[in-house]
Amino acid sequence: MDHFVDLTLGGLASGAVYAALALSLVIIYQATRLVNFAQPALALVAVYTAATVAPLTGSYWLGFAAALTAGTAAGALVERFVVRPIARVSRLNGIIVTLGLLLVAQGGVGMVWGNDQHGFRYAFDFVGRPSPADVFALASVAAVAVLLFCLYRHTPLGLRMRAAALHPEAARLSGVRAGLMLTAGWAISALIASLAGMLAGPPFISPNVFDAVFVYGITAAVVGGLDNPFGAVVGGLLVGLGMSYVSGYAGPELATLTALALVVLVLSVRPDGILSRPAARKV
Amino acid sequence: MTTTATEHLLTAEGITVRFGGLTALDGVGLRVRPDGVTGLIGPNGAGKTTLFNVLSGILRPSAGTLTWKGGPPPGRRPHHLARAGIARTFQGLHLFPLMTVLDNVVAGADRLARGGPLSLVTGLGRHHRDERELRARALAALERFGVADTAHRLPGTLPYGVQKQVALARACVCDPELLLLDEPAGGLSGGQVDELAAQIRSLARDTAVVLVEHHMDLVMRVCDHIVVLDFGRVISAGTPDEVRADPAVTRAYLGTAGEGDAR
Repeated sequence: MDHFVDLTLGGLASGAVYAALALSLVIIYQATRLVNFAQPALALVAVYTAATVAPLTGSYWLGFAAALTAGTAAGALVERFVVRPIARVSRLNGIIVTLGLLLVAQGGVGMVWGNDQHGFRYAFDFVGRPSPADVFALASVAAVAVLLFCLYRHTPLGLRMRAAALHPEAARLSGVRAGLMLTAGWAISALIASLAGMLAGPPFISPNVFDAVFVYGITAAVVGGLDNPFGAVVGGLLVGLGMSYVSGYAGPELATLTALALVVLVLSVRPDGILSRPAARKV
Repeated sequence: MTTTATEHLLTAEGITVRFGGLTALDGVGLRVRPDGVTGLIGPNGAGKTTLFNVLSGILRPSAGTLTWKGGPPPGRRPHHLARAGIARTFQGLHLFPLMTVLDNVVAGADRLARGGPLSLVTGLGRHHRDERELRARALAALERFGVADTAHRLPGTLPYGVQKQVALARACVCDPELLLLDEPAGGLSGGQVDELAAQIRSLARDTAVVLVEHHMDLVMRVCDHIVVLDFGRVISAGTPDEVRADPAVTRAYLGTAGEGDAR
């Protein structure tokens, strides 16, 4: 029974990180219909900023704040100056550009900080079940999910962001600055990806540290539905739990296979995600 | 009827729009007075919606000038023109599908919000007062169009005629000075068209209305002035009676012997 509890708590903690990444992907997908493959690049910017600022200032939390700020700013700049001009011409080009950005970021980080693994100090201990690190991961992602819900549902900005995402042209003609709302959406998405990076990065970081995590993040988004923020959170937790149980009971080598099998299963049975409603088919 | 340029709320002169080799609008002029209803009619493909897209900032013309209240418009993008007081409805309604009817209409009132960035994010301070006021306005607009009971429903769950009223409420909630109505009678029953005619006349008491419409009975009943487009050019303009009597308009709609196949 203890083993099951351990696996559940571990699965929930890693699932929280996947949920955060999935949520960040869904925010951009809802607004632009783009799957942003540059999301790990934004997380990389964040963790390497933290890895630079924290030792300089001697404070993990100053590094943490700098990481979220840098990641958020990078997201906003990427949207405004790279993705928007290209995606305006073709959405597919926009998606390919995000892939290119990931490769550029990984190469750039490798050139500046080196391709070797760096030790990355963390504010919380990984020992114990639940470990302080697990609790922090779950609590911070839960807080972000709640704040995000409040932002979208109960603030003037959220109303305008939803309008701009649902129908940019009608929003513009109502006086909403749809472009600015798009940039705000990317910034919020990048903030959440940066948080996910700060949770998933330690104790070691390297330019490719988020490759696997991102695959699980996409898995979570597909499982929950790319169009459904609530589904993204549920999908993240399901993927985390599923991988944890399979890893604990059947062997860690099967964990990745589990995530991929989950994607195949969901895409075969409910392509719009497990929480989607059956859609009417146009004929 | 003679008016000087400064009496006009909006003046479009020499508006030309080209899509590649196709000229959709060819030197079109339009003058809109601060009150009354201007009808914009013409056969399919005449350029009516294209002209609407220019007036609302969606399209930038290849040539021509727009004058708003006797001077240059406050910007060329749709949100600039919307904030200046130009509102519009669409043929396809374009309601925000996953937002309640009330939220749809509140979003339409954006030009009246005054809060800064911080209150925009937090919903506190100036924006909190704004939002309360905007919600009250939105409800009043829904009541004006007789659909206040749908405020908390999603647009997709409503009959088409009700969705049209919601779209009208969204366009009118911000007290526009110029209202562009793109085929508001499309898909409505006879009784609903009568109701729409009364609403348009009521709106025109304090708002300039430009109406694109194929429903000729409605156009002739509500318009003070009509401009007829065909193949991207103005072929006639005047009062409903003058336009009705103009042989060029009859030719544009019905064709003449021998050119029927070409149309």
